[in-house]
Amino acid sequence: MEQIGIVSYGADIPRYRIKVEEIASVWGKNGEDIKRGLGINEKSVPSLDQDTATISVEAARAALKRCNIDPKNIGAIYIGSESHPYAVKPTGTIVGEAIGATPNLMVADYEFACKAGTAAIQTCNGLVKAGMIEYGLAIGADTAQAAPGDALEYSAAAGGAAFIIGKKDVIATINHTYSYTTDTPDFWRREGRKYPAHGGRFTGAPAYFKHITNCSKNLMKIAGTKPEDYNYAIFHQPNGKFPVTAAKMLGFSYDQIKQGLLCPIIGNTYSGSSLLGLASVLDVAKPGDKIFLTSYGSGAGSDSFDITVTDKINDLSRKNAPSVAQLIENKEYINYGTYAKFRDILYWE
Amino acid sequence: MRDVAIIGIGITKFGELWDKSFRQLIAEAGSKAIIDAGIEGKEIDAIYVGSMSAGRFIGQEHVGALVADSSGFAHLHIPAIRVESACASGGLALRQGYLSVASGMNDIVVVGGIEKMSDVGGTAATETLATAADQEWEAFFGATFPGIYAMIATKHMHDYGTTREQLAQVAVKNHANGALNPNAQFRREISLDTVIKAPPVAQPLGLLDCSPVSDGAASLILCPAEKAKKYTDKPVKIIGSGQASDTLALHARDSICTFNSTVYAARMAYKQAKKTPKDIDVAEVHDCFTIAEIIAIEDLGFVEKGEGGKAIDNNITTLDGSLPVNTSGGLKAKGHPVGATGVAQVVEIVTQLRGEAEKRQVKDATIGLAHNVGGCGASCIVHILEAM
Repeated sequence: MEQIGIVSYGADIPRYRIKVEEIASVWGKNGEDIKRGLGINEKSVPSLDQDTATISVEAARAALKRCNIDPKNIGAIYIGSESHPYAVKPTGTIVGEAIGATPNLMVADYEFACKAGTAAIQTCNGLVKAGMIEYGLAIGADTAQAAPGDALEYSAAAGGAAFIIGKKDVIATINHTYSYTTDTPDFWRREGRKYPAHGGRFTGAPAYFKHITNCSKNLMKIAGTKPEDYNYAIFHQPNGKFPVTAAKMLGFSYDQIKQGLLCPIIGNTYSGSSLLGLASVLDVAKPGDKIFLTSYGSGAGSDSFDITVTDKINDLSRKNAPSVAQLIENKEYINYGTYAKFRDILYWE
Repeated sequence: MRDVAIIGIGITKFGELWDKSFRQLIAEAGSKAIIDAGIEGKEIDAIYVGSMSAGRFIGQEHVGALVADSSGFAHLHIPAIRVESACASGGLALRQGYLSVASGMNDIVVVGGIEKMSDVGGTAATETLATAADQEWEAFFGATFPGIYAMIATKHMHDYGTTREQLAQVAVKNHANGALNPNAQFRREISLDTVIKAPPVAQPLGLLDCSPVSDGAASLILCPAEKAKKYTDKPVKIIGSGQASDTLALHARDSICTFNSTVYAARMAYKQAKKTPKDIDVAEVHDCFTIAEIIAIEDLGFVEKGEGGKAIDNNITTLDGSLPVNTSGGLKAKGHPVGATGVAQVVEIVTQLRGEAEKRQVKDATIGLAHNVGGCGASCIVHILEAM
């Protein structure tokens, strides 16, 4: 059988961090209670000159550094984000130009809350399978917005990961993928609005858990697998608790999810969330490892993947770009004032 | 006036019921009660349904006809009446249904109560509930019910030495009871420490001193007492029904630690029933906040004024106490879908008087009382029930 899957990957996380207690102190809340309630200690913050385009370029360049692919052979770029810098004008063209993949290139920006990045992987997978492109570049990246004082302010973070999809020198085969989608308005941002709105606890059982668990179960049915067949599992991470609960509900152990569980230390990177988890797993994966991934996007839907790591992972120059662990370690703490400046909360002329 | 009996009860699970609509909930509660009573649709003479604010919670008014329609009775053209008295809407729907049967005008009456509150966010829910306060004198100045009841609690603590721990005990007790009620929103016990350390809402009340935002519905079937045995082996008679009103705004009252609407409604119900507080075996009282249960048991005459805080330490209102209060879990743990609450309280009392309350059954309960308050006591409805 022809193998199609991940040929290379790269990640990027802005180096600024703000601690949950620093945000809590501004709003007169108890930081310890919030840390415990959300399972988040700190989150990444983009600087003034970082956005979804720069994060996507960094992640794409990291992916290219690890392999020997000529960017001209990339036939498609799909970027999933809910913080594309422009409402009209694609992020993908900026990335395509920056990495030298233009002009023989299909490009479109995707939006499906936190799961548009995995949707981009599915598209690239399909185009490669159809023989329309040699390589596709799928990216999930965000500089997530949160209204000052909203519960999301503790979690909304920045980061992204890029995956080159192809059928030559595949390091991780995508054996099966499946999506579960309904119209469930748990979280949204209307056109022209700066910050998103959400339905409080409605984002839990009827939204995140329903889609994650149904999508995961249906994929395992298609793949004929069980939770214990996987070495690693990654679930979308809106906070530090939901993915742990979802794993437990499905029968995955904490050991299976811990390598991909990044939310407690970098926050929710939205479209980057489950994909940074996958990048973190690929940083340490060995040939033969089985990886399970289910993303979640509000609105709502999930994409599940059954992935097998191949011998080719040993040929990939993983050290040519920083690992997710190194990106997380390279950090500098800021206070809320600096955060307010970086996140365009301060008003000045 | 004829004697009136309750021959059927029905209730949905209470909680954040994301997958159930207003019309599904009322149809579920109503059909359960109809099946329980073994009646047919064509026997029903009238439907009374309590709903506080379907207009603001789900954008739907005209709910009397809607309830008849969604219950599958449109073709029977049954008179359907929506009753509103804020959080006492359910209790008032029962009283109106009761009066119509007692008068001889109707024989079989379905009483329902419903609220679907989770379709709006927390702020909209609080604002909608605050429409039961005095808009000109309270709500326009930012008062919400947690704030109003916090003032009552502060004064009660000042005047009678009621403690923070005593307030918290009410939540602990009602959660313990709720853990035994399959239909309760919160089915877990909580500790005194958890209640006291919960996030503050309005000093001295914390999050766990407050009843939740809930979805749910409850229903009762009434008939003349003389015909009750035809339908059920365990009819429960309504032996007293009282209702009273008071100033809408809290500040206009002589005392904010007494709800005169409770005092007068209870007096009316006790007089009709020819009973005293000592005769009551089990009671459901309106604990929208922990302080509300404390003043309710005082105003109902279960304890002396100012002694309500000690009722749990003195083993009066506990499940094994001399007068168990809120065996269902109360509004705090069972949940508080406002329009459904008054009817749900009576469902619990009937369940107790039938001896069907399982793990939370009060031994030998024959007389029960239900106490339903609107706003901060501008309305109160009290019913006294007796096993036949």
